[in-house]
Amino acid sequence: MRSTKYIIGFAALVCLVCSVVVAGSAVTLKERQTINKQLDQKKKVLGVVGLYTSGEEITPEEINKRFAENIEAKLVDLESGTYVEVSAEELANFDQRKARQDPARSKSVASNPAQVARVPNRVLVYLGLKHGKVDKLVLPIEGKGLWSTLYGFIALESDTNTIAGLTFYEHGETPGLGGEIENPAWLALWPGRKAFEKTSSAWNPKISVKKGVAGSVAEDPFNVDGLSGATITSRGVSYLLQFWLEEDRFGAYLGNFRNNTLKGGQG
Amino acid sequence: MATNKEIVLDPLLSNNPIAVQVLGICSALAVTTKLETSIVMSLAVTVVLMGSNFIIASIRKFIPPSIRIIVQLTIIASLVIVTDQILKAFVYDISKQLSVFVGLIITNCIVMGRAEAFAMQNTGKAAVADALGNGFGYSIVLLLVGFFRELLGSGKLLGFSVFPLVSEGGWYQPNGLMVLAPGAFFLIGIFIWVLRWRKPELVTAD
Repeated sequence: MRSTKYIIGFAALVCLVCSVVVAGSAVTLKERQTINKQLDQKKKVLGVVGLYTSGEEITPEEINKRFAENIEAKLVDLESGTYVEVSAEELANFDQRKARQDPARSKSVASNPAQVARVPNRVLVYLGLKHGKVDKLVLPIEGKGLWSTLYGFIALESDTNTIAGLTFYEHGETPGLGGEIENPAWLALWPGRKAFEKTSSAWNPKISVKKGVAGSVAEDPFNVDGLSGATITSRGVSYLLQFWLEEDRFGAYLGNFRNNTLKGGQG
Repeated sequence: MATNKEIVLDPLLSNNPIAVQVLGICSALAVTTKLETSIVMSLAVTVVLMGSNFIIASIRKFIPPSIRIIVQLTIIASLVIVTDQILKAFVYDISKQLSVFVGLIITNCIVMGRAEAFAMQNTGKAAVADALGNGFGYSIVLLLVGFFRELLGSGKLLGFSVFPLVSEGGWYQPNGLMVLAPGAFFLIGIFIWVLRWRKPELVTAD
């Protein structure tokens, strides 16, 4: 029988060595991982505007090239719904999740079904260009699924209503159930659906994930098939889309875009 | 005492961790829809297994018996996290497909099982041999299942088209069952059946 002192000492030593190894690997590999993450995000942005099909073999250089040629990043001030002109460096280093945590650069929001606690004042949107004109708007979205926060993009056509695509680049849902939000077959159901219902006075976000099977794009423009075995994740997707498309979030920006009243040029 | 050669070869078939010991089934179902992910998962498990077996066997005389399980688990968990970090840094796309299953190597019964059943009683060298054998035994099943699932489920191997699909103008109608988890159940079942048919000594009496 070992003494209690020995056992505690041994446990402490094991913990110390293991934590040094784990922390060391995390720190040394961080740079490479960040590059991979950024590339993956660019790929998702390209995918959501239809310039990349999932499964396509593509080199990092090609991703960067396509991205540089067809996509323009812009900072949008959510409250006024206008572009904020910043230096290219600031744009490249803008981290929306950091901005959201920073009390000076974000606001807390009233409790909402999407379970978003804070919204940054400025968000990074991507403009899909075609022949020098803005063809698609790629808006960042996030919200709670079942286990985790889902991070993704929704792309709208230049009428700001027709959905061009939806994608998620980070989540921790159960593979095979909620994780199916990444399934290309499911994401292919989105393009062509309508995000808003127009009334005489306002545009109301109406797109939602239905329980069961939705009709064709023409018959059932506001609904998308639910995911079997992932009721709460599906509901989370509806909530987060409606949350971000509301007047208080992207509504002002989309309104300005529609009415051509955007300052700072349209790309 | 078994020689190192026997220790390596034994778990390949006659004491295969998945087919005979029935350990590590969950990851074998989840990551085998494609051959590529199967290969990476096999490598990851084998590397973690070798690392954990070697470290635990080397320090087995110093590990207090009362906390041995948690010590094993700490070592295994650290190795798995390091492996996960490496995968994320070098093969990001595959690590995304493997998602939680790399992290779940921690709870893969093969790793814990070999640490407790073998590494705690044997020298470092023998433990590495045991890890290699069991790692390969796991890999054989994963690669076989991954091979058939990708081939029959999507007509491809490592992403290259082998059977041209009907949807792309070819003749092969892919078997949707193979892409889903039950497909792996059937394949592993067939594997176990063939193994027992060829090696009747494995059949347990009712």
